[in-house]
Amino acid sequence: MTPRVARLREESLAAVPRISAERALLVTEFYQGASAAGKSVPLQRALAFKHIMENKELYLGQGELIVGERGPAPKATPTYPEVCLHSLEDLEILDRRPKVPFRVDQATFEAYRRKIIPYWKGKTIREKIFANMQKPWLEAYRAGVFTEFQEQRAPGHTAMGDKIYHLGMEDLKKQIRRAIAKLDFINDPAALDKRDQLLAMEIAADAIMAYARRYADLLARQARVEKDPGRQAELREMERICRKVPARAPETFWEALQYYWFVHVGVITELNPWDAFNPGRLDQHLEPFYRRQTEDGSLSPEMARELLCCFWIKFNNHPAPAKVGITARESNTYVDFALINLGGVDKCNQDAVNPVTYLLLDVIEQMRLLQPSSMVQVSKKNPDRFLYRALEIVRTGFGQPSVFNTDAIVQELVRQAKSVEDARCGGASGCVEAGAFGKEAYFLTGYFNLPKVLEITLNNGIDPRTGRKIGVASGNPRSWKSFQDLMQSFRAQLQHFIDIKIRGNNIIEQINARYMPAPFLSLLIDDCIEKARDYNAGGARYNTSYIQGVGLGSLTDALAAIRHQVFDRRKISIETLLEALENDFAGFEELHHQLVHHSPKYGNDDDYADSICSRVFELFFEAVDGKPNTRGGVHRINLLPTTCHVYFGSVIGATADGRKAGRPLSEGISPVQGADSNGPTAVLKSASKIDHLRTGGTLLNQKFLPQVLADQQGLNKLVHLIRAYFKLDGHHIQFNVVDGRMLRRAQKNPEQYRDLIVRVAGYSDYFVDLTPELQEEIIRRTEHAEL
Amino acid sequence: MMTGYTTQPGPSNPEGVIFKFKRYALHDGPGIRTTVFLKGCPLRCIWCHNPEGQDFGPQEMAGGPATGGRPITVGRTLKATDVVSEVEKDLVFYDDSGGGVTFSGGEPLAQPDFILALLQTCRKRKLHTAVDTSGFAPPEIFLAAAGLADLVLFDLKIMDPARHLRFTGVDNHKILENFQAACRDGVKMRVRVPLIPGITATADNLEQIGKFLTACRADCPVDLLLYHRIGDDKYRRLGMVPAGPACRNLEENQVNEAKRILAAYKLDVSVGG
Repeated sequence: MTPRVARLREESLAAVPRISAERALLVTEFYQGASAAGKSVPLQRALAFKHIMENKELYLGQGELIVGERGPAPKATPTYPEVCLHSLEDLEILDRRPKVPFRVDQATFEAYRRKIIPYWKGKTIREKIFANMQKPWLEAYRAGVFTEFQEQRAPGHTAMGDKIYHLGMEDLKKQIRRAIAKLDFINDPAALDKRDQLLAMEIAADAIMAYARRYADLLARQARVEKDPGRQAELREMERICRKVPARAPETFWEALQYYWFVHVGVITELNPWDAFNPGRLDQHLEPFYRRQTEDGSLSPEMARELLCCFWIKFNNHPAPAKVGITARESNTYVDFALINLGGVDKCNQDAVNPVTYLLLDVIEQMRLLQPSSMVQVSKKNPDRFLYRALEIVRTGFGQPSVFNTDAIVQELVRQAKSVEDARCGGASGCVEAGAFGKEAYFLTGYFNLPKVLEITLNNGIDPRTGRKIGVASGNPRSWKSFQDLMQSFRAQLQHFIDIKIRGNNIIEQINARYMPAPFLSLLIDDCIEKARDYNAGGARYNTSYIQGVGLGSLTDALAAIRHQVFDRRKISIETLLEALENDFAGFEELHHQLVHHSPKYGNDDDYADSICSRVFELFFEAVDGKPNTRGGVHRINLLPTTCHVYFGSVIGATADGRKAGRPLSEGISPVQGADSNGPTAVLKSASKIDHLRTGGTLLNQKFLPQVLADQQGLNKLVHLIRAYFKLDGHHIQFNVVDGRMLRRAQKNPEQYRDLIVRVAGYSDYFVDLTPELQEEIIRRTEHAEL
Repeated sequence: MMTGYTTQPGPSNPEGVIFKFKRYALHDGPGIRTTVFLKGCPLRCIWCHNPEGQDFGPQEMAGGPATGGRPITVGRTLKATDVVSEVEKDLVFYDDSGGGVTFSGGEPLAQPDFILALLQTCRKRKLHTAVDTSGFAPPEIFLAAAGLADLVLFDLKIMDPARHLRFTGVDNHKILENFQAACRDGVKMRVRVPLIPGITATADNLEQIGKFLTACRADCPVDLLLYHRIGDDKYRRLGMVPAGPACRNLEENQVNEAKRILAAYKLDVSVGG
């Protein structure tokens, strides 16, 4: 690490996250001003973006090599009042909460009180969404049957492809002009709308170029007063770069990084899209620049490494936008899920690992930062040494990179009717979500609480927590003659709630399409320009909507216990079971023991439980897959929780697997915490009995004691374990290499473990920033040891 | 039926008592393995960390946290083919890593019909096998098993006969003869030496092991196994008194010293299995 990098890294780590009212004020000012009046929505959005980019404060850190910040300074986090408006109370909570706080100063409170709240109250997307949802949706949402991703953030959910490395904004503007020229005002009734969409994209291109020019001017001024000749030369080079990109295509490694970073800042300033944004297959994108310049001697590997480190620190400067309300429990983290992909295959299905891949792995290891997230795509075509290098970093215990199966991702995307080339250029973004990078809008719409549906089924449509009838009358459990009867009732209940969710999704999509277009993001994702349609309205080549199932392990174990105890062995009557659940097992200790210790559990390679898991998976798949969305695409499933398994557990009473009321559910496709007792191979076998290839991503957590991976032999066996799981078409696996005793110590003395990073679910986070429930949950995950 | 891997092993499919299947066993041979623990052992090593493997039949053991505090029965009777089918659940992991199954115990050779049937069945089904043995068995049984297994993990504990008898309960004469016979037969072996402070991990004992291996012209690698006391809780739950020496694990320099002594005999020594 060079002294410059070490200092910038320290500064980034030390910067205190705070709320900045800058963006909110600029947006408010724009909408109140004359230039917004009378314009169509896309033009308003584009002009608002331009207003921000032309007026926001520029930050230039000492010694920085890559420029651009979303806020006026590192970790100064803007808000998006047009999407979701923070109340003064929200701001106070953010300022004061002990975990993951954002400082709010008096000037910000004042700006909110006087300008931002008075203007935006009643106009936000969040309010439009809730006003348009029907009673069944609202009741299910309040009961915790599902969450809604778009109520606080714009859809987003995509990653950059390779377009920006070939085309400058001037080139994209030419494409826009050609598309406008082709509009058919005789036959196409949508021609005027299309023209406005295209004009909006053009304005957005101008906006980002204006932003870069402002930086060039600032750098020129700085260079003139800079005393140190070395830094002065850097500033001049940076000025040159900012005059070139993003207007024109990059030609050097540095230009390519700066171009991407301008684009990144643009996307996360325009709106607060989910999963921020990410460069996708960064090693592939950078390789041509790296190769050319290292060959002609104009770039040394050391210089490339320093630039990458500076690039990395930029991500860490950008905490996830601060949330309000119910979702604060779902996912409370500074991490904004920018997941950088390494390895995998190229468009022609060749091994894509290259020298930049290894360089980036070095950077990940050295930087050891919370953000960006990183992952390796492992194809059968990739060499083992690539996987070994990644696992050497994994075993240092900071949860990165996570490991994905390229060959599965490609098959998943091809099943969804993507071209095989587009599939190979794709990967996983966010936590584990498969997508065709640069060409797909794959909205995650909400987590879905699978075990809650069983609870409602066992109560014939009533949510026992509130006594309200929110489901269908799926049959009195006392009338069930067989397990089959139960499953039929469950299926009816599941379809009922999925239909509610999909109806809501289709309304919410249209709200975003109409009121919150994203012209800047549309510039970047194919084929928005060609289709003259916004990213949020189906402009992308592929348009998918996902519902994310949560609690597969918990649901499986509950059903397996009922089948085993009630229907097969007939040791417990359904009445007694229901009574025990209602009483949270108080007075039913023997029954509880039977459920916990003498019932089959998912995660042990036991077909009794695993076949129930496959069945539940099929029911969920059938209920969702192929249902149309409003953007010309369809709904799909994936299985990931982020931290929602904690929230979902809190709204469910006791479950038949012996879980007490309110406790967290299982996460991803991992077994219930502690229920797997046959070691990691059995877990992987169980997990591979569901068909990963018909999902858009699954998440599997494994925890290993550091000793297991300490030597080369341990590492060899882990490589084989992963390769075998991927042979079984597993989608993803991630590892916590931590000692449970250390986590206990960290709970007791958090101040001594400030920098302890652990894998949560699809991302890493500081252990001490996690809620106590989540800390406990991670400690309780089975730890694979071998003595 | 004479073809395929699913036919019964020869004329009979004997039953035996197993007390544990351990999947993803990392220290019992090459690759990813499943270790199958056969119940019953003629030895009573005072440091034994699998006391539930000593008696031959299923037995009751008091509960621990994993059983909700209830007593459990340790050991169940299984047919040889059922054991191998259980082992085959992890085939995909063996294929990739060059792993397979390790039969341990207890003393696996103490259920002779059963172990031979297991090894024959595995051989038919192309599973890589290892036998982890004390070597305390009738020579014909030992050599038959060694001939069927792909690898023998042979424990050498104490060279001095009197001390061997004192600390393990049996004479080591037969053990050493079996080892010599295996060397003559060219059986593929790894020697495993448990490092028990003051008992096996003495300079004198390790020197004698070195000399013995040199005399046998054994060219097999030697694994030094570290002593640990995870078995103590199981002794209590079985109503037994932990007999192991009440001391801490060896210091790193003591392990290195043990390694140095054996390495001086030009042996390929590593720590762990």
